[in-house]
Amino acid sequence: MSNDILNALVIVSNYILVPGLAYGSQLALGALGITLVYAVLRFSNFAHGDSMAFGTTFTILGTTWLQSKGISLGPLPTALLAMPFGIIAAILLCLIMDKLVYQHYRQQKSTPVMFVIASVGVMFITNGLVRFIIGPGDRVFSDGQRFIIKAREFKRMYGLSEGLSIKMTQGLTLVIAIVAMALLFWFLQRTKTGKSMRAYSDNEDLALLSGINPQRVVFITWLIVGALIAIAGVLYGLDKSFKPFTYFQLLLPMFAAAIVGGIGNPVGAVLGGFIIAFSEIAVTYAYRKFLIYLLPEQYEPNGLMQLLSTDYKFAVSFMILVAVLIWRPTGLLRGKSI
Amino acid sequence: MSLLKADAMIAGYGKTRILNECSIAVDRGEIAVIVGPNGAGKSTAMKAIFGMLPLEAGSITLDGKNIEKLSPQDRVAQGMAFVPQTSNVFVSLSVEENLEMGGFLREDDINKTRDQIYSLFPILFEKRKQAAGELSGGQRQQVAVGRALMTEPTLLMLDEPTAGVSPLVMDELFDRIIEVRNTGIAVLMVEQNAKQALEIADTGYVLVSGENRFTDTGEALLADAEVRQTFLGG
Repeated sequence: MSNDILNALVIVSNYILVPGLAYGSQLALGALGITLVYAVLRFSNFAHGDSMAFGTTFTILGTTWLQSKGISLGPLPTALLAMPFGIIAAILLCLIMDKLVYQHYRQQKSTPVMFVIASVGVMFITNGLVRFIIGPGDRVFSDGQRFIIKAREFKRMYGLSEGLSIKMTQGLTLVIAIVAMALLFWFLQRTKTGKSMRAYSDNEDLALLSGINPQRVVFITWLIVGALIAIAGVLYGLDKSFKPFTYFQLLLPMFAAAIVGGIGNPVGAVLGGFIIAFSEIAVTYAYRKFLIYLLPEQYEPNGLMQLLSTDYKFAVSFMILVAVLIWRPTGLLRGKSI
Repeated sequence: MSLLKADAMIAGYGKTRILNECSIAVDRGEIAVIVGPNGAGKSTAMKAIFGMLPLEAGSITLDGKNIEKLSPQDRVAQGMAFVPQTSNVFVSLSVEENLEMGGFLREDDINKTRDQIYSLFPILFEKRKQAAGELSGGQRQQVAVGRALMTEPTLLMLDEPTAGVSPLVMDELFDRIIEVRNTGIAVLMVEQNAKQALEIADTGYVLVSGENRFTDTGEALLADAEVRQTFLGG
């Protein structure tokens, strides 16, 4: 009996907890970028998903190049070593698009909706660039050791019938996300430049009166956002696989995460990322086996016990998004300024 | 020779002219107060002096230097500080961070100035870790003035610092403003509470339709029968 409960717990960890933590970290990093752009530049950046694909593209190219030179990181994926290529590419993309597109609208003091439409244009351009450079197909670019904990070994070690497996990419995602977020929060809370970004986001006019240079704030913001874009994109691609269209689809859960947490609020973006990830996974998971372990034999379920097919997983973030917009438009943690 | 001398300013929004040859001056260690009926151009005069509104004609000198071509940010660097009437604190930043942002342009150590501001406004020291948005109206105004003082300005400009605070808090704020003046800073402010403001004013300007109607010491204006009758409600 007690083994049944342990087995049920292992199932939940294996299929919900571990993937949720990894996917949540990826969404959180994406939502952080969206929320920073919203807080400082005051618009919803629809090009965010495709920019992630752009950063990942250059990481993949870098990975291939490093592999051709015979350079690897042993058990860790080579892509980690190639990540700086992706970060630089994503930052350059952000800065160039800002110079060519957004700067003009800032000088015109355009309304946020104009920025949003402009960002949709940037999205299509980036989208085309990515397909032009690397093609629309699916790519797996992770190498090195695949698992940190293998299901079969776990079963043997603990004598359970269910096994827990943790992929290397899942562990890496969590570690890198935590480091990146810690660095970001330290920067925003402790450094003079970070505080000036928050001040500018809070009250633009007063920031000007205090001598804060808006161009510098915008520049620094794109540097950070570009880095977050590439990191989020690469981690997602390593964990799942890289396909440009999937990155476009990530826009919805990432925006949902940013808005659920309170857009403009970085802590909210992280919280929102995990809420969306766990809801998506928990709602689309088939609980049949889990219930078999826990329920008495006569109640054993016949169906899959799945609330929603995985094909509809985007509906989950959409429903949460709608609910939040109706009942708590500012998000769980009051949003709109970092 | 006054520290700030704004001479015959003409300015407005689009075709509407608000200021008609309005002149304002204030010297170090002095409080100058601009009063007048609604729509007299008091706040517009402040904006024009701070460079948030371009002049059509007239001149502004600070310490003998012409500044009318400078942007507001450059005027901050020249020693002017401005406290707007509304949204004058960073609500999501702590009190301490507000002060730090006030001294953003300074390369030297700002801790000394910060400590001076804490001794001027002791309540800010108590609340230094709290977000400015969580403070009461009067405390927020102190944060706003404190933020402006962080640049160690020679001229402090206040746009209706007592708007929306209780009479008790108003008296306290005025006391603090006198202390600021006593450190040798020139203070220029616009006030709705004309009577109380003129009581602490070294110079008072009564504006009507963007023109100087009366200019005198605060005391003399308060004693003037016509000023009392027309602007101070008897």
